[in-house]
Amino acid sequence: MNDKHVIIIGGGPAGIEAANYLANNGIKITLFEKDEHPGGNIKNWAKLFPDFGDASVVRKEITDKLKHENIKFINNTKIERLYQENNHWVALTDNEKYYGDIVLLATGFEVFDAKRKEELGYGIYDNVITSVDFENMYKSGKMLTNEGKIPDSIAFLNCVGSRDEKVGNHYCSRVCCITAVKQAIEFKELVPDAQAYCFYMDMRMAGQFYEELYRKSQEKYGVNYIRGRISEAAVTMDNRIQIKAEDTLSALPMKMTVDILVLMVGIESSESTAKISTDNNIVGPYGFAKSKSLFGMDNLTEKPGLFLAGTCKRPLTLPETIADGRSAAVEIMNYLKS
Amino acid sequence: MTEKKHFWNEYQKEIADDNYFYERSCIRQSFFPGSETAFLNILRNELGLTIIDDPNQHTCTGIGYHSDVVPFDTTMTICARLFSLMTDKELTNFVPSCVTSFGIFTEVIETWAQFPEELEKTRQFLRKATGREFKVPENIAHPSDIIYKYRKELKKKMKYQLVNCHTGKPLKVVEHIGCHYAKIFSKHSVGGAEFPQVLAGMIEEWGGQVIDYPERRHCCGFGFRQYLVMANRGYSVANTKKKFESMEPYKPDFVLTNCPGCTMFMDRWQYTIAEMEGKTYDEQQMGIPVLTYEELTGLLLGYNPWDLGFQVHQVQVEPLLDKLGIKYDLKDKFTGVTGKYLGEPEKPEYLKVCYE
Amino acid sequence: MKNWGFNISKPRVIDWDSADTSEYAKIIEKVPSAQRCLMCGACAATCSASNHVDFNFRNCHLKYRRGQFEGLAEELDKCMLCGKCKLVCPRGVNTRAIIYNMRIFINNLDYKNIEQ
Repeated sequence: MNDKHVIIIGGGPAGIEAANYLANNGIKITLFEKDEHPGGNIKNWAKLFPDFGDASVVRKEITDKLKHENIKFINNTKIERLYQENNHWVALTDNEKYYGDIVLLATGFEVFDAKRKEELGYGIYDNVITSVDFENMYKSGKMLTNEGKIPDSIAFLNCVGSRDEKVGNHYCSRVCCITAVKQAIEFKELVPDAQAYCFYMDMRMAGQFYEELYRKSQEKYGVNYIRGRISEAAVTMDNRIQIKAEDTLSALPMKMTVDILVLMVGIESSESTAKISTDNNIVGPYGFAKSKSLFGMDNLTEKPGLFLAGTCKRPLTLPETIADGRSAAVEIMNYLKS
Repeated sequence: MTEKKHFWNEYQKEIADDNYFYERSCIRQSFFPGSETAFLNILRNELGLTIIDDPNQHTCTGIGYHSDVVPFDTTMTICARLFSLMTDKELTNFVPSCVTSFGIFTEVIETWAQFPEELEKTRQFLRKATGREFKVPENIAHPSDIIYKYRKELKKKMKYQLVNCHTGKPLKVVEHIGCHYAKIFSKHSVGGAEFPQVLAGMIEEWGGQVIDYPERRHCCGFGFRQYLVMANRGYSVANTKKKFESMEPYKPDFVLTNCPGCTMFMDRWQYTIAEMEGKTYDEQQMGIPVLTYEELTGLLLGYNPWDLGFQVHQVQVEPLLDKLGIKYDLKDKFTGVTGKYLGEPEKPEYLKVCYE
Repeated sequence: MKNWGFNISKPRVIDWDSADTSEYAKIIEKVPSAQRCLMCGACAATCSASNHVDFNFRNCHLKYRRGQFEGLAEELDKCMLCGKCKLVCPRGVNTRAIIYNMRIFINNLDYKNIEQ
């Protein structure tokens, strides 16, 4: 078993957890990461829900696990093609071939490109931003409009790119509702006198302490929740955003002008996930990778020797992703022993 | 328009480049008499293209269909007859002058594409009623699409640009696209449904500045059944009013539209609102001039404003002509083609006009 | 002014920019739990009064929040203060106190002279 070599594609939380577990058990790992730094999508966040843990601390804890003599970390390298040859796997980069006995796909997700929802004005109007843009602004500590003034009001729109027939993503991305609540609180902490509005179709608070955070955002921070989806964003003369929604509870159309509109962008399969899954006939709906079975075989695929971990399968929270990375490692160990 | 990129900005649909069959609008010639003639002149004389204006043409029943008076089967058959006129002239490029017609034809052709049995049924109906056969057009383009397509060529021939000749600044233009152009099938619109480029492209090419105001995408309120019945008209007018209230702070120099109903609404209702409520949306109490794209093209090419039919506009166009530096003779305004004096219209009480 | 036989329809859009939300701020001050309400409708579902008259507490609360006070005083009068709504609220909102205070403010009563 100790002469086996595992290739892990993706240096995010799932890939790193799996690498660390396997390395501790004497397995040799080569881990490929397309970006300069590992950690995946955690770099987009300043604080993590539901308890506002410091994302950079968590990220460092995770990425430190790469420092192991059994892990060879190759960054700035994208796997262009993965295929099976005889009894082993071949991973092709731009100019090199790598061989492995087992491959773990941990290629993660990308956020939805909000420019595709033209009616919401992202990339057209300055003060329409995504949740990722908002978090970057929060990291800097300065909550300002594009014109550099302190905002009086902010609106969050849930379900951008998720639960949407028009963009082809029928599924729910799970993490955006709680992120909206978290960001509304972050906003009120920086600008207590401003108004925060959250426009939702549903409030999906399906994790531990999520509902409590929702309640706290109303009680302690005075965030306003309006059930109704913003359908149109237009710009006013002073570059503020006029939004139109229906106040479904009073069955009347509503319009409001806010300083900043934040679009809660959903999770989509990353380009690598979609391509590698398709190439190896394990692609599921929406370009995510399909596991063999949800119940007990969620890290296996129909291809023996090809394993999955993390958000390349479906939208997951960070704790779930970490657990899934370890679970994949255990499956790989079992496979090696058999 | 901001410099930022719209996702659909690059979207171009196929617009035929020559050999068109023209279908006139029912009402345009009453409200804006110079437009369709100007379009034919521009295509034939300025661009050297072929466009057939068949005297046997007729309505597409759009008004009737959208007022629930004409059933869809009838509409399909009437459209088929128009296509048969086109087929008789051995043409395949259909150009309807009205945006509602454009919507009707695209809807009918899409229905035939998805339900071939409907196409067969229509062929039978037409045969039985008139003995005619027809071919489905290969390309349907709105005349504003064609002007958009040739906007660069036309610019080279233009004597004037959309620039205020006194201040040197670009004119601020509000563009309004008819709902049936883009909102039914966004694939049939240049630039998609949210930010159609067809009129904005013309304005920007010819030196003007497009105004992006909050109610830009809002319908003018025509609605057919709503407007045709007088008791409902207040509801239609309220929509146009909403648009004007929204564009007022931007102080636009004029409004450009490509739909007969919209142009009529935006022009006439400024009079209605002024007389009913005493409110106008510009600073001179004269209203914001509303132009069709053919009138604008003809004007910039140097045609006589009175040949283009501006004398029939409710909101006076003279302030705009002054800004553009176009010379006109007020004495000729109400003189007929034969030189006979036709008399001025009655003066409104509140809306200011140029004549006595 | 001319009359041609029709009136130009008035907009029915809730214009939040011009809504008066300061009145609701007074309610929150007296009944802080009101902020927790998520409009689930449990209160309106169990309400004794709404079985017989056109009264919807959830809707009244919503209207008050939006600054829409038309007809609210008459509607709020229909509440019998039985307290069933308060028993079922999943968020523990003191619904009864909300109505009580809304009635006081909406009728401009002198709050200090009323015993709670």
